[in-house]
Amino acid sequence: MIDSLRFRALAFAVSAAMVASLGVAPAGAWEPTRNVEFIVPAGTGGGADQMARMIQGIVAKHNLMKQTMVVINKAGGAGGEGFLDVKGAKANPNKLVITLSNLFTTPLATGIPFSWKDMTPVAMLALDEFVLWVNADSPYKTVQEYVAAIKAAPDGQFKMGGTGSKQEDQIITVALEKAIGKKMTYVPYKGGGEVAVQLVGKHIDSTVNNPIEAVAQWRAGKLRPLCVFDSKTLPYPDKIAGDKSWADIPTCKSQGLDIEYVMLRGVFMPAGVPKEAVDYYVELFKKVRATPEWAQLMKDGAFNTSFMTGADYAKWVENEDKRHRDLMKEAGFLATN
Amino acid sequence: MSNPPDDPDSVGPRQRHVELGVAAFMVVLGAITIFGSLKVGIGWGAEGPKSGFFPFWIGLLIVGTSVFNFVWAYITPNRKLFAEWGQINQVLKIVWPMAIYVAAVPWLGIYVSSALLIIGFMRWLGHYGWPLTLGVGLGLQVIIYVTFEKWFLLSLPKGPLEDLLGL
Amino acid sequence: MESIGDLLNGFAVVLSWQNLLYMVIGIVLGVIIGVLPGLGGANGVAILLPLTFSMSPTSAIILLSCIYWGALFGGAITSILFNIPGEPWSVATTFDGHPMAQKGQAGEALTAAFTSSFVGALFAVIVITLAAPLVASFALQFGPAEKFSVFFLAFCSFVGMGKEPPTKTIAAMMLGFALAAVGTDTVTGQLRLTFGSTELLGGFDFLIAVIGLFGIGEILLTMEEGLSFKGKAAGINPAVVLQTWKELPRYWMTSLRSCLIGCWMGITPAGATPASFMSYGIAKRASKNGDKFGTGEIEGVIAPETAAHAAGTSALLPMLSLGVPGSPTAAVLLGGLLIWGLQPGPLLFVEQKEFVWGLIASMYLGNIVGLVVVLTMVPFFAAILRVPFAIIAPVILVICAIGAYTVHNNSFDVVMMLVFGVAGYFLKKCNYPMAPLVLAIVLGDKAEEAFRQSLLISQGSLGVFWSSGLVATIMSLGLIALFWPFLSNLYGRILTPAFRK
Repeated sequence: MIDSLRFRALAFAVSAAMVASLGVAPAGAWEPTRNVEFIVPAGTGGGADQMARMIQGIVAKHNLMKQTMVVINKAGGAGGEGFLDVKGAKANPNKLVITLSNLFTTPLATGIPFSWKDMTPVAMLALDEFVLWVNADSPYKTVQEYVAAIKAAPDGQFKMGGTGSKQEDQIITVALEKAIGKKMTYVPYKGGGEVAVQLVGKHIDSTVNNPIEAVAQWRAGKLRPLCVFDSKTLPYPDKIAGDKSWADIPTCKSQGLDIEYVMLRGVFMPAGVPKEAVDYYVELFKKVRATPEWAQLMKDGAFNTSFMTGADYAKWVENEDKRHRDLMKEAGFLATN
Repeated sequence: MSNPPDDPDSVGPRQRHVELGVAAFMVVLGAITIFGSLKVGIGWGAEGPKSGFFPFWIGLLIVGTSVFNFVWAYITPNRKLFAEWGQINQVLKIVWPMAIYVAAVPWLGIYVSSALLIIGFMRWLGHYGWPLTLGVGLGLQVIIYVTFEKWFLLSLPKGPLEDLLGL
Repeated sequence: MESIGDLLNGFAVVLSWQNLLYMVIGIVLGVIIGVLPGLGGANGVAILLPLTFSMSPTSAIILLSCIYWGALFGGAITSILFNIPGEPWSVATTFDGHPMAQKGQAGEALTAAFTSSFVGALFAVIVITLAAPLVASFALQFGPAEKFSVFFLAFCSFVGMGKEPPTKTIAAMMLGFALAAVGTDTVTGQLRLTFGSTELLGGFDFLIAVIGLFGIGEILLTMEEGLSFKGKAAGINPAVVLQTWKELPRYWMTSLRSCLIGCWMGITPAGATPASFMSYGIAKRASKNGDKFGTGEIEGVIAPETAAHAAGTSALLPMLSLGVPGSPTAAVLLGGLLIWGLQPGPLLFVEQKEFVWGLIASMYLGNIVGLVVVLTMVPFFAAILRVPFAIIAPVILVICAIGAYTVHNNSFDVVMMLVFGVAGYFLKKCNYPMAPLVLAIVLGDKAEEAFRQSLLISQGSLGVFWSSGLVATIMSLGLIALFWPFLSNLYGRILTPAFRK
């Protein structure tokens, strides 16, 4: 990895020098030569899909790229299909992939052969938050009350709904079970919106929906947030539901549930692409992030707006990969066959 | 659907033999399903059925009904023809080119393969003249390119020719 | 009534020349999408979504929803003409639509299909207009157990209707279930029946199977019989629309029943495809020409098309009021709403009145515009059958292959399409019914998922399927539907001797 980075840096230096000596264009003037495929390793309508289509829309509206960006969903095998497609497209600089936590969990849970190391990290766009939700009609106003109720009930009586199996929602659920010392029943659904509605319909007792998946139901007074699984409260003070804002939701840690989890919304490219191409896309995403539409999306979805590129980003991903390996191992989610 | 004459003298595979073959093939598919289900566990755990539970019983049902179909076809006297050899030949005239086409798509791209398929089909089976054949064969590719790649922004498989043209 | 006033305001918002133009564009694009197999409404909506950012949300949603209507209309065209369902919900339309075309009645079949679609959608829009809040709270009652019971009902009302040997019917149906099981098991996240192959990760898509079994299979059968489509001799008759319209009111009962089934399936939300199958199955049982279904009965076109369109339309309601999409197309529309800063959910109807009623008004207008557009094209579509087989067949093959590819952008699917085509040829010639097979592929994994979610919630107790009035009623209806042939037979036997006396 380091070798290849060094080689790429060298290659970049050489090519930059060549370009400079020829005096044609400034360094980094690489541009995509074909339609840019933006792979979504998840189905239509989910969080990653929405973000990808949003980016596609912003790029088109503000004319940020000469070539067209095309969003392609490859959801098969818990996203494995999409990642294998990128893995197989070595050195193709016209392909991007947006990731969710299945970047880490899918290879571990299914044994599908890929890892983030098969791809080139481009940029972290944002981090998605997780909030513990209960039905607004339920008697639980605080985390403590809810935890006490779970503790008082027999194992498995409380039902946690979530998106997918052996993915982020279930990882948090397992962490929750460990912190509380009681088993919950995890019920997997296909999409986050469906999970929120199932909670409104009282078919399940709680969820760990992302803010954007549950916000409409919260505003309508159907759901109640208990805590957010991040190290600090959310930086959005605008009133959302009644006199409550995202910033009013306490962190789970402050409420005695020592669990932190955020989900990567990042972009990767196939391995072996030129450094100029990576730089081009980093610049592109910087421009995307500067648009008002993006700011609005971040606010609507109460995202953590961290942005990282290059070595920092790779380092972050590596840590996260390790963390998921441990979490999945502890939860007993590793593939056996 | 065709009704081949119930005539023992005309030549072609018998309906009975094909029925036996199809039933046997279904038995194999069922067996594969059962085998795959066993690998992921067919039990009924505390939280409902495991991944292989339903496929296992489905596989068993496929095997069961297909064995019945096999035996039924075997014991029922039926001298009907499945189809005449000439008809089978007709069908193969489309299956072989399709098989080659399907195999060629990843290498030649879908445009070149499609053009070849249409041109071949129209010349070989339809005996049309070159102008019409080429017109339909190549014209359709242009229409497909514009519709799919320009309007709907879908990327279809491409081969060396498109690389050469820079499309 | 308050909603009528809101609706009139909505019409005022929608009725501008510009918006009408968007409607026509949307319908035409939608019809093209509907005609091309593999290219679904979701593709069209997704791809045009970014282009609509510069419009007002109302105009944009009109354009996008008209693509949705267009795709609903268009799916029937290739089903009837070539036995290739352009969209999943038009599979049931092939059962009688294509035989009609073979008898030279393509124009009649197309007119019936389009008109029924219109009736179904109109009915659903009226339901939405009058009962939106009620329907939304009803949809909330649907947990996994209720969903399973709806799938169960859809299945039961369709099976047991063929003349084929029962063992072959069961074998074909089970094959469908087995195919549906391939890929990732959503409940455990485990891979199953993939045998380590990366191509099978995504499982077998319903559309690939249908393009192969129906489309390619049909071409192989036609080849066997010599090079011609049977409908070739049909003349072009510009008056066919009016002639068919005279006949249609006779089937008002079928239409009404199909509308109700469609709305029910759209709201619950099982979707348009199971709705079309269920409606076809029930129409076949209820009709006095039931035995002739499958040989080109116009009622067999009316029933599925009405239900599919009613379901497709009413499925937009849970999306708007709950934020849960009833189909991939609706999912993309949902994403669009978010991008425009509109949050689907209970408050959308309160906070974005203008938008919501504008959308509902555009549903009325979009459907009328759509009907006019597609009906004027009927003679033209019917004329496609006059193109010689040796030209149209390879073109269809190529379009099928591209359709199969575009479903998942996967070359392997093109191979699978051919495999399904050859399998379809043999299965059909050996009298295995295709309909239960494809229904099993559509419903298989969804039904299994709902079943297992229910058991997770009930902690393994099957009693969950009889635990509430709603779910118990639907399950009972399903059982009655399943044993209907037996029950009616029994009923007949008890009655007949009484009459003789």
